[in-house]
Amino acid sequence: MIYDWLFRLTGSETAAAIIQSLLPLFLFILPFALFAVLLERKVSAHMQDRLGPMRVGYHGILQTVADIIKLVQKEDIVAKDNDRLFFDLSPVIVFTGSYAAFAVIPFSGIFLGSNIDLGLIYIVAVTGLVVAGILMGGWASNNKYSLLGAMRAAAQIISYEIPTLLIILVVIMVSGTLNLYTLSEWQTSYFWNWLILGGPVFGIEKLLFIPLMMMSALIIFTSTLAEVNRTPFDIPEAESELVSGYHTEYSGMKFAMFFLAEYANMFAVAAIVSALFFGGFQSPFGYLGDLFNLPWLIPIEQFFWFTVKGIFFVFVQMWLRWTLPRFRVDQLMTFCWKYLIPFAFVILIIVGLITVLV
Amino acid sequence: MALKTEEMVLNMGPQHPSTHGVLRLELKLEGEIINDVIPHIGYLHRCFEKHAEAMTYPQVIPYTDRLDYLASMYNEFGYALAIERLMGIEVPERVEYIRVIMGEFQRIASHLVALGTYGADIGAFTPFLFCFRDRERILHLFEITCGARLLYNYIWIGGLSHDLHPDFIRKSKEFIKDFRPNLKELNELLTYNQIFIDRTANVGILPAETAINYGISGPSLRGSGVKWDIRRNDPYSIYDKFDFEIPVGTGEKGTAGDCWDRYYVRIREMEESLKIIEQAIEQIPQGDVSSAIPRRVKPPAGQIYSRVETPRGELGYFIISDGSVNPQRVKVRAPSFVNLEVIGELCKGHMVADVIAILGSIDIVLGEIDR
Repeated sequence: MIYDWLFRLTGSETAAAIIQSLLPLFLFILPFALFAVLLERKVSAHMQDRLGPMRVGYHGILQTVADIIKLVQKEDIVAKDNDRLFFDLSPVIVFTGSYAAFAVIPFSGIFLGSNIDLGLIYIVAVTGLVVAGILMGGWASNNKYSLLGAMRAAAQIISYEIPTLLIILVVIMVSGTLNLYTLSEWQTSYFWNWLILGGPVFGIEKLLFIPLMMMSALIIFTSTLAEVNRTPFDIPEAESELVSGYHTEYSGMKFAMFFLAEYANMFAVAAIVSALFFGGFQSPFGYLGDLFNLPWLIPIEQFFWFTVKGIFFVFVQMWLRWTLPRFRVDQLMTFCWKYLIPFAFVILIIVGLITVLV
Repeated sequence: MALKTEEMVLNMGPQHPSTHGVLRLELKLEGEIINDVIPHIGYLHRCFEKHAEAMTYPQVIPYTDRLDYLASMYNEFGYALAIERLMGIEVPERVEYIRVIMGEFQRIASHLVALGTYGADIGAFTPFLFCFRDRERILHLFEITCGARLLYNYIWIGGLSHDLHPDFIRKSKEFIKDFRPNLKELNELLTYNQIFIDRTANVGILPAETAINYGISGPSLRGSGVKWDIRRNDPYSIYDKFDFEIPVGTGEKGTAGDCWDRYYVRIREMEESLKIIEQAIEQIPQGDVSSAIPRRVKPPAGQIYSRVETPRGELGYFIISDGSVNPQRVKVRAPSFVNLEVIGELCKGHMVADVIAILGSIDIVLGEIDR
């Protein structure tokens, strides 16, 4: 894979590892964040009968570049009573949490950071780090709004991890693997082998799986939406109530780190949903590379399909954001504990029975 | 060992996106539950009432614009009406019609801001821009008529500053035709959205009795199911000539008098305003709009209390004249000021997010509260 190739190129294990860990940042996350911020602004604008940014470049395509330049130039404001250490550490931890998840996301058969067998558990574990960062930021800001936002965020993210994990368990039971690459390979060839349509199993089992898997996909999409604090679950940020929640006090590059982490997270959860239920990097209808006998084309196609699926789910997240109002904090908890978790449990039990009996 | 706990005091405002101006709410919280809300006002105080004493009567009109800056037409309307009653001026028929048309357009524009910002408070940003898109067309109608978009100085004592623009009637009809589907769209997008209903129904319930005791007026009172509208109960101008309903809250989605009812009363009031405008456009007579404007406004000594139904409730002007060209006293009974008082009662026991929902549903304008 990519690591072996870098190792042959540089001749040093350390250099290869460092270069490889920086690749997703420069090759994917930064360009994606630039693109996604612009997409969000354009999508919202067109949904609201506006045009959005139009001045910088053709139809405003360079707007986000200009924004980044502005953010870099900004003064880094730290109030006197902020807890300096945690205040500085918080954006780094939040960004690390969402960045580390990219290590196991299978962009294609080749472009895959680390092919570890505990991929799914690893993702859940490292994204849990984000909560610690948010709590730190909210506490160290010494601001009541930030504190309220951080408390809300902690409660929300931890609660919504439970349905996410239950659905991941369902997937593990059906597919028998924790490895995201194997999982994508397993849902190979055409789209009826995707897990949302029952996976590559046949007969009565597939028919039984289809409704269950559709519900599972809906639950995991909803709960990951809550984990990344997007509307209708954006109560930790809740612009109209808590001003900006846990990042009210941040400015300049530290704010940009939070911002970058948010968009990286959006793609990460979209990637998880598509890897679990929508075939990961598999094409819905075969590969051009197979058709014309060009094996080098296949990874590129896989990368294309994975990115398209990811961006599609990011688009759905934006779509929801600009359509729906926001829940209240107790309704959010009710929704998780009284609806999502029982449903996920029922699905888990039924799928377990099916895999054992059928 | 018991942990030491204490109430958290959270200052919401004066710089806060959802207080609709420079209002400071002192929230006493237990976790996220509200124990008490104390509004602090006065950040926008401009001494309107004292200032008016140094002005001649017509000079006060531009200042009344700045009271409720989202319903300037109606502030002028109320003031002009009070002075006309004090002086006994008969206003030409055409002027009355134009005032009613302007007043109802202003009511729609003001309600659009109220509903749009209410959506934004709850977290739905798109309806906000849809509302402002429609409001923009009303402001355009005002602009072609009197040249101003927000602060008009249009309704003068005894008449109007300008007659209608030749395009006004045609453009109004076009607006009404386009606005009805837009209103339907707003209902689909926001009013009947389940999350929106969850956030607003059964929140901030204002029983009719409490509302009357506090002196609440306007849509906030009607949301509680009290059929009280000054256009109907104490008719002024020519409102008795039109056929329109007075919508009241029925508790359709929750309890009567909750935030959703107050919100929905505004939606239905916009429909009624459209009806009034349509009738007025049909019946409007020809005539001169400035023939009754007095050359010298010098009311006889005496006093008057005159009230109108603005988009926010009962706007009353109490004016004492000593027979000179300056008013001796101008007292404004501002609806927002009275309506805000009830907030402490409404918020108790709710959560921080509900304060936003309740404050938005009362629909205050700080320019009017602080004067």
